Amino acid sequence: MDNALWAFGRVSGIISLLLFTGTVLLGILTRSGRPLLRIPRFSVALVHRNIALLATVFLILHVGTLILDSYANLNLVDVVVPFLGSFKPFWQGLGTVAFDLLVAVVATSLLRHRIGQRAFRAVHWFSYAMWPIALAHAIGNGTNGTSPWFLLLSVGSLAVVGAALLWRVSANFLETAKTRQGGLA
Amino acid sequence: MTETLHIDWTRCDGRGLCTELLTPLLGRDDWGYPLVRQAGGGGRGNVDIDDEYAGAAREAVQLCPKLALSISNQAPGVRDRRRPRTSR
Amino acid sequence: MTPLTLGPTATAKLRGPTVTHRLFAAGNHAGLDAHVEAFGALATHDIDGTFIDAVESAGLTGRGGAFFASWRKIAATGSARAGTPFSATPFSAKPVVIANGAEGEPLSFKDKTLLAHAPHLVIDGLLAVARAVAAGQVFIYAGSTSIPAVERALAERPEARRIRVVEAPHTFIAGEAGAVVNRIANGIALPFDHRSRLSDSGLKGRPTLVFNVETLAHLALIARYGPAWFRTEGSDRDPGTRLLSVSGPAGQQVLEVAGDLRLGEVLASAAVDLATVQAVMVGGYHGRWVGPLDYQLSPTGPEGLTVQPGAGVVHVLHTSQCGLEATARIVGYLANESAKQCGPCMFGLPVMARVMNALAHGGCDPRLVGELDRLSHLVTGRGACHHPDGTAQLVGSALGTFADDVKAHVAGNCTKTTRRWHD
Repeated sequence: MDNALWAFGRVSGIISLLLFTGTVLLGILTRSGRPLLRIPRFSVALVHRNIALLATVFLILHVGTLILDSYANLNLVDVVVPFLGSFKPFWQGLGTVAFDLLVAVVATSLLRHRIGQRAFRAVHWFSYAMWPIALAHAIGNGTNGTSPWFLLLSVGSLAVVGAALLWRVSANFLETAKTRQGGLA
Repeated sequence: MTETLHIDWTRCDGRGLCTELLTPLLGRDDWGYPLVRQAGGGGRGNVDIDDEYAGAAREAVQLCPKLALSISNQAPGVRDRRRPRTSR
Repeated sequence: MTPLTLGPTATAKLRGPTVTHRLFAAGNHAGLDAHVEAFGALATHDIDGTFIDAVESAGLTGRGGAFFASWRKIAATGSARAGTPFSATPFSAKPVVIANGAEGEPLSFKDKTLLAHAPHLVIDGLLAVARAVAAGQVFIYAGSTSIPAVERALAERPEARRIRVVEAPHTFIAGEAGAVVNRIANGIALPFDHRSRLSDSGLKGRPTLVFNVETLAHLALIARYGPAWFRTEGSDRDPGTRLLSVSGPAGQQVLEVAGDLRLGEVLASAAVDLATVQAVMVGGYHGRWVGPLDYQLSPTGPEGLTVQPGAGVVHVLHTSQCGLEATARIVGYLANESAKQCGPCMFGLPVMARVMNALAHGGCDPRLVGELDRLSHLVTGRGACHHPDGTAQLVGSALGTFADDVKAHVAGNCTKTTRRWHD
């Protein structure tokens, strides 16, 4: 039973990370105001949200199984307060930091209509910090973190997210950038 | 009952989600901002919403990335609690 | 009638039968004594519900440009209060009354002049309205140049102590009613999105009345002398008098004229040589260019015979000037003065300015006119305030009034400046 929990804890962490990678990419696409091929903008926004929620579910499973797992020896305080763990406290602490950031981002997203756009947006920026911290946690803490296949996956993810970020800060990022810069439509 | 979809132009950024959800009612202008195809009683910042589009209008309000949309029935004065925003 | 010199910015040549002399009757920089001597004291404590009836009979409309019936505005707040669930209105729901003296329009200076010379009349009107609606808070909102005179006047009157003075920035839209409320509430003089009328829910959700300072000055006189007296000037559709900021090649002056006056008579009273007048911009940068001088200045009346005076700006274009060039300059200014909050205004006005500029300076492309029409239609009605609407109206009137120039410019020359771009 412990072995099953341990294995599931690790796999769910990796799935969660991959889904968050997708979430970040779709979030950047949503911000650009562009549709994804034939998928309309509102669908892209919905997929962004749903994948984020799915990733959150896997993250909760990841954390939950490792609390139950005696080998991981994780307690409730470690889930919330970083850098106190018994095993690789720094790398595990990064996971805790990412988890805390995620809780803030998800909560403000779900309450967006209540708290208003400014608060939502301010907190949502933390997504850009949360993703690389989570990746670092996976590499530094994960059993497979330094296996070649995982490193390859990480480098690939970094390249894709990095490219998306470069696009994000480029002049023609917005769908409407050209006309708004004064070019006649 | 006819409802009105109100566009807060000070928040709208012309991302185009509402124009996809309500294509028969909203087009886009040169800069991507929603363009009411047939102005209702409340001018070009208000769209009259029939029952047919009530669901889509609600989704537009939910999904608007800038929270620039709101729905009200036409009684004047019933307004959301938002205060004037304090900065850009 | 003695001629009156008005401040550094404006010299009034008050003469001739068409010029009236109501608002400035107390003279230059009138203090409280001169004010009371000229008009008599106003017992604001005696103001009650019948004041609204008097204002209704007087037929006064707002002098800030929107021509809303003043009595309706006052009564709206009353009904807004009656609609609150508790009959004993808590302080927080008491109405707010604001005197709006912000005058960001470069060609408008009548409100500054009024505040400089007759601040007590404005304060009278403000106190009268505040009394009529049982206001909780009372403000005077004005530009920095007007504030010393206002504060001096307030200091002379203990009963006006509750009036708070808020400074208006010198931007074009600072005087828009929503911007006024936003400035007082949040310190930001920008329009905001409000679905309900300000008189239902304005400053911090309270019923809020924003009155142009000249409107308040007229109210102060109606409170004293009654509606019948008020209507002895002007016409049935435009009773009373109004202040005009007249400008052009002959300089700037403030005139007080009877309502519904012919434009030609206005200019004659201002000693403008009518032979040198090519066109007149009435209502300011959000107003209209008109050609012939037989238009009547009235908020209502058939189009083609009347022109709305807006906030009272009358600007003369000399026969040697090009109306399209003047309009292009103004549209450029207006595009710059956009609050840049609403997309159609923020992006549409600069494009309009560019197209207008091309038309004014030898763009020689007949499609420019169609493009201006299209853009005007695109921006109109799509913003939190009427800045794009007013801009589009001015452009539309320029294309009509200067139609011959448009043809000439498109063909490659300018009839006014004898400039040629193409041979």
